[in-house]
Amino acid sequence: MKSLLDACCERCTHTPEKPCQDYLFCRTEGPICHDDSSCQEKRKQFIEQKRAKTSGSKRILICAGTGCASLGAVSIVQALSDELEKHGLTDRVEVVPTGCHGFCEQGPTFIIEPEGTLYVKVSLEDIPEIINEEILNGKRIERLLTVNSTTLQTTTQFNTNSFFEKQERVVLKNCGFIDPKSIEDYIINDGYKGFVKAVQNLSSDEVIEEVKKSGLRGRGGAGFSTGLKWSFCRQAPGDKKYIICNADEGDPGAFMDRGVLEGDPHSVIEGMLIGAYAIGADEGYVYCRAEYPLAIQHLEVAIAQAEKIGLLGDNILNTGFNFRLEIRQGAGAFVCGEETALMASIEGKRGMPRVRPPFPAQSGLWGKPTNINNVETWSNLPHILRNGADWYGSFGTEKSKGTKIFALTGQVNNTGLVEVPMGTTLREIIFDIGGGIINNRKFKAVQIGGPSGGCLPEELLDLQVDYETLTKAGAMVGSGGLVIMDESTCMVDIARFFLNFSQSESCGKCTPCREGNKRMWEILDRIVKGQGEMEDLERLESLAMVVKDTSLCGLGQNSPNPILSSLKYFRGEFEAHIKDKKCPAHVCTALLTYFIEVDKCKKCGLCAKNCPVNCISGDKNNPYVIDSSKCINCGTCQDKCKFGAVIKQ
Amino acid sequence: MTNSINEIPNAQVMFVIGSNPTEAHPVIGAKMKQALAKGAKLIVVDPRRIELADKADVWMRIRPGTDVALINGIMNIILENGWEDKEFIAERTEQFEQFKEALKKYQPEVVSKITGVPLEQMLEAAKLYANAEKSQIFYTLGITEHTSGTDNVMSLANLAMLTGNLGKESSGVNPLRGQNNVQGACDMGALPNVYPGYQSVTNPDVRAKFEKVWGVELNPNQGFMIPDMFEAAHKKSLRAMYIVGEDPVLTDADANHVRKGLEELDFLVVQDIFMSETAKLADVVLPGASFAEKTGTFTNTERRVQMVRQAIKPIGNAKADSEIICEISKRLGVELNFNNTADIMDEVASLTPQYTGISHERLGIKGLQWPVPNQEHPGTKFLHEGKFTRGKGLFTVIDYQLPDELPDEEYPFLLSTGRKLSHYNIMTRNSAGLDSYSPEELAEMNPIDAKKLGIEDGEKVRVASRRGELETKVRVTDKVLPGMLFMTLHYKESPANVLTNAAYDRVSKTYEYKVCGVRVDRI
Amino acid sequence: MSTVTLNIDDRKVTIPAGTTVLEACRMNNIPIPTLCHDPELTNSGSCRLCVVEVEGMRSLSPSCVTVATQGMQVKTNTRRVKEARKTVLELLVANHPLDCMTCQKMGDCSLAQYAYEYGVKDDVYPGERRNVCLDDSNPFIVRDSNKCILCGKCVRVCEEVQGRSVLDFYQRGFESLVGPAFGSDLSQSDCVLCGSCVSVCPVGALTEKQMIGKGRPWEIKKVQTTCPFCGTGCSFDLNVKAGEVIGVTSNPEAPVNGRALCVKGRFGTDFIHSPNRLTAPLVKKDGEFVEVEWDEALDLVASKLRAIKSEYGADSIAALSSAHCTNEENYLMQKFMRAVIGTNNIDHCART
Repeated sequence: MKSLLDACCERCTHTPEKPCQDYLFCRTEGPICHDDSSCQEKRKQFIEQKRAKTSGSKRILICAGTGCASLGAVSIVQALSDELEKHGLTDRVEVVPTGCHGFCEQGPTFIIEPEGTLYVKVSLEDIPEIINEEILNGKRIERLLTVNSTTLQTTTQFNTNSFFEKQERVVLKNCGFIDPKSIEDYIINDGYKGFVKAVQNLSSDEVIEEVKKSGLRGRGGAGFSTGLKWSFCRQAPGDKKYIICNADEGDPGAFMDRGVLEGDPHSVIEGMLIGAYAIGADEGYVYCRAEYPLAIQHLEVAIAQAEKIGLLGDNILNTGFNFRLEIRQGAGAFVCGEETALMASIEGKRGMPRVRPPFPAQSGLWGKPTNINNVETWSNLPHILRNGADWYGSFGTEKSKGTKIFALTGQVNNTGLVEVPMGTTLREIIFDIGGGIINNRKFKAVQIGGPSGGCLPEELLDLQVDYETLTKAGAMVGSGGLVIMDESTCMVDIARFFLNFSQSESCGKCTPCREGNKRMWEILDRIVKGQGEMEDLERLESLAMVVKDTSLCGLGQNSPNPILSSLKYFRGEFEAHIKDKKCPAHVCTALLTYFIEVDKCKKCGLCAKNCPVNCISGDKNNPYVIDSSKCINCGTCQDKCKFGAVIKQ
Repeated sequence: MTNSINEIPNAQVMFVIGSNPTEAHPVIGAKMKQALAKGAKLIVVDPRRIELADKADVWMRIRPGTDVALINGIMNIILENGWEDKEFIAERTEQFEQFKEALKKYQPEVVSKITGVPLEQMLEAAKLYANAEKSQIFYTLGITEHTSGTDNVMSLANLAMLTGNLGKESSGVNPLRGQNNVQGACDMGALPNVYPGYQSVTNPDVRAKFEKVWGVELNPNQGFMIPDMFEAAHKKSLRAMYIVGEDPVLTDADANHVRKGLEELDFLVVQDIFMSETAKLADVVLPGASFAEKTGTFTNTERRVQMVRQAIKPIGNAKADSEIICEISKRLGVELNFNNTADIMDEVASLTPQYTGISHERLGIKGLQWPVPNQEHPGTKFLHEGKFTRGKGLFTVIDYQLPDELPDEEYPFLLSTGRKLSHYNIMTRNSAGLDSYSPEELAEMNPIDAKKLGIEDGEKVRVASRRGELETKVRVTDKVLPGMLFMTLHYKESPANVLTNAAYDRVSKTYEYKVCGVRVDRI
Repeated sequence: MSTVTLNIDDRKVTIPAGTTVLEACRMNNIPIPTLCHDPELTNSGSCRLCVVEVEGMRSLSPSCVTVATQGMQVKTNTRRVKEARKTVLELLVANHPLDCMTCQKMGDCSLAQYAYEYGVKDDVYPGERRNVCLDDSNPFIVRDSNKCILCGKCVRVCEEVQGRSVLDFYQRGFESLVGPAFGSDLSQSDCVLCGSCVSVCPVGALTEKQMIGKGRPWEIKKVQTTCPFCGTGCSFDLNVKAGEVIGVTSNPEAPVNGRALCVKGRFGTDFIHSPNRLTAPLVKKDGEFVEVEWDEALDLVASKLRAIKSEYGADSIAALSSAHCTNEENYLMQKFMRAVIGTNNIDHCART
């Protein structure tokens, strides 16, 4: 028995062609078909070794997700493996490149089991020390540890670190803790047990009931009840049905789906198996953007593994249930995250949304009833089936159950992926988990929900994050991107940024979205250039309302949200741009003036030397002066000045 | 057509043989594509890779002129598998047993050898056609322009009867008639054997009816069909011809023979809107009016009689054909008393059973599909519902016969002729737009042949048959099989009919435009 | 047939079940502006001009794709609806050339009509306007993408009616355009120039080249007639100005073809005014044709026929009638041969 998946002895008859219904439980708790303590012992040992529970053995979990990989994690994995081999430690120390730990700001991150030691910002140079101190001597390396931002104590274990401590990791439970390319790892960690429970103990309707009872709502943005959505598709007449996983994560600043696919691809497959069984589908697609090569690679591996042992294919676990799964790669159109556009794209057509009804549940992919959920939604399912709807319902608020993953980005200390129960306040996420604003600057706003969401101000930091509350405030949960902004951010400029995204990603089909977003962008562009007029605000607002009210799909219906919320909470900033021709955050180039404070100027001349338009004059005797009529506001002088003498206003 | 054009989008199975609708009948071709988009199945029989061939579920690339063998073979398969419509055969047809017996010799293997169509394709076609709830046959000149044209049509009728595909929507045997009013010209008795409404000139009762209305005694003998006319002219038994709106020198097979026949005449009068090749031979040329300059009706391929409305006055000194005919008649001492063309239609209605309920007033915007047996009748969407014209449908044993002239050593290419999208016969050459869009003949030749002969795409060649020769440019394309050449009949500069064979079908006397032997030489 | 009753602008309206709100309005003479809707095509619901207020719906509903239901409360002329429509029109106008004076579509342009009705001004959204090249590459259709409002009717008619799918949308957002693959010209595409796209274009983006400068809608008389080319029997409108046929336009009432036509029917009737038309009777004298008066020609024909008949008998004369001529002319021709000449020698190319 080389792998947990192998037969313990010749008495095992399982093959994907002639599947054994007890296969899965047999592998972790078996053997089941016969009583043999030696067979049982073999399996037990295998599992314990994998859990680093045999004495002296260690597992080093190295985040090799896209974030840490870009910080050199891949070569670190290699170097560490080489080093271990050199020391003859490969028997008792296993190096596991995992998916994202979530602590992206501090990457590359190590978690060393069984102790759970968390090392951050590990570099190649640290490896010998890790071997000598941590592995051979069992000593912690102080400088690679983190400090709990509440207690200000150095923490050794990841789960006492303030970033992890306050999270509730359900969907991300495995992410960073198992080898995403190993189906064994997934199975040892209760993988596929939710599916087995569904397909062997429950009817399709019972599964749907369970999902409804859990209160799970779509994590892609709209927050529609997943169980209800499934029931529509199940009830739709049709001999052929499809399910689709929407992995076309396109919001700027959102990467939770990538994290799940890279770190725990089998959870998505298991979720889809559960859904397919409940709905009556025998074919599924994962529509993933081509910009996620690692996620696609991990998913491909996972699908092949599941096929190999008969968890995908015909007559799965001898239940008569068939399901096949394929990946389709998107070519980078944001609108393909919209479900009807996504289906058109799978069909090989231009990714353009169409009017609903008919809804995909009635007429979806190739005209057949189809159910679409996103990555995070699907990967909630195994947990719900494994642990029950009541357990799941214990997380979250009354109407928004469970947990939600957020991607924290922007001017926050701990950028990364965090998972918290629904109902957690923005303050907790940003300050307790996120560690507050970089350089202790002042928090200004949080953009939540991507280009479809809105900007919320400091006053709303104590809002509980759930579907209804955020929508009421003019933002939305969306896919869960949280972009944190501090006082150096101009809200007009940010609104313009999101509008630019929406207008260039509009598919061009409906008039308000195609033309309206462009015109709103143009108005904002005029304002940041100091050419705005007060009537522009009125026009902007009324146009935004019409675009919202008349657009065909979610892209256009929500693209005005960043403007409307900014106008609601930061109107003064717009007015400053228009009336005073000033950008309070000193961001909008056209509205800035640079000058040199005479007192601070050391007359070094660096500013003048680097000025691209030669508008700074002065010499050793005379302080340098900027000729603002020639200045193009590029900011080079400010960057170059070592004495902080160049000021912008 | 037994059925209507607007039943096509609802077709389940379409069997298209010897027809290139997307070019020759583009709007019908488009409707076929609408049916395909809705999931209809398509069987195409054509030696050329026409547009529909690429969209077909089964494309049988038949050897030209072997249609009867193929259809018999398909029917053999249908009977072998018990896919025939037994109820329909029993209730609505006769002589089935005899027919069934005769089909036995068309074993699929034998047929495959004759036609060059693989067995599996025949089986698949038979299965699709016979097992659908309704299947629809379409054919055009690829079926009729053969010495076996009538046989081909009868075979298709056998196939439809065998499977009960007649007398219901989206079924039937549907010839896509060539010219705009070829259906109407036939309906109107511009034929040597029948009066309007296909009433035989040799039937004394019929003749009496017409004599009564027309007030003259009528000739009881059938007249000449077109090929007979040119023969008779050669023999001097025909002395004069009055040709209206036709250009046989360009459009009839073996054009040189036609031209010589016309030259033999004592007197030739041609009435046309352009100086046609035929008009050039005339003693008198009379300028007629175009369709935009007169009022009347056309009858389309689905038997729909529709109004043609005068939009402008005749150009220059031209006159409507009806006016000219009346003028000549008057000078021959007979006043044909009609105030207008509506009056003519009223007389047609009084003598033509199919047109009884038709008048200009009733036609309006939508027209009427004959038969229209009375003034209140809404017209007939499809024929043969419940009963055939003759009562029971007759199964006719048809045997396969070879085309009259096949390629040989001297004339190694098989020439087939047809139409292309951008032109219609010869009239469209007078459209400056269409002519600039598609100004010259491009004879289609397979790349293998082109390579063998050293001919480049677009090169000019000389094509010759036993009857004549011409020059044309070549389009090298795999639309045609090796050994085949395809030309259109649109270009007087490369008049394909100097090559074609004037052998004709024994019943319809239609020339075999689709098969003859030619030679291709580089210039 | 089951029906539903709904309330439109406080009016009770009963219509067959399955009817859209747009159809329900139009059946009851309640005006709803549309640009992308076409009864012969599937609805794309993309122009958003036909929006109405439906009670209980968060957003405005496009009436063309909203199926009327029992008890539905619909408002078609509230301030919110009118503002939305006006804004949609303002947005379209902001990205549309304002050369209406010289535009071929003047007087027949849906955008101009609605813009006028809704009081749209041209200066609401100063900013970028589309500026792409004209496709003038073929003899029949001019494609001016700057005038295109992306209603997509041409895309749908090409796919759904003609089964060709030559046209589609390309590029995204404000840059979106309609055209053949890779932005090529029609002449480089698989287009067969049937002109169905022209027949559905609501603005001047697709026009008949041959008709440019030939006449304004109010100067043109449309005469419905039947096509003189193949046996399909399409009907269409001849467009006549000052005694001249200047072109052909589709007639949606055409029983066989609807608005579909082929390149010949739509663009080939210019043969009517071909300089090659015969305009006077000709008699061959000494081997040359000479123009003569009608009487001379007709007398000659009559005398020749009379003489030949008396010398060789009626059966020595034959006639070819024509599949291009009308039924009435064919009837007359065979009657002439049978009743006047006295022979059955009449035939035509019945089989070609």
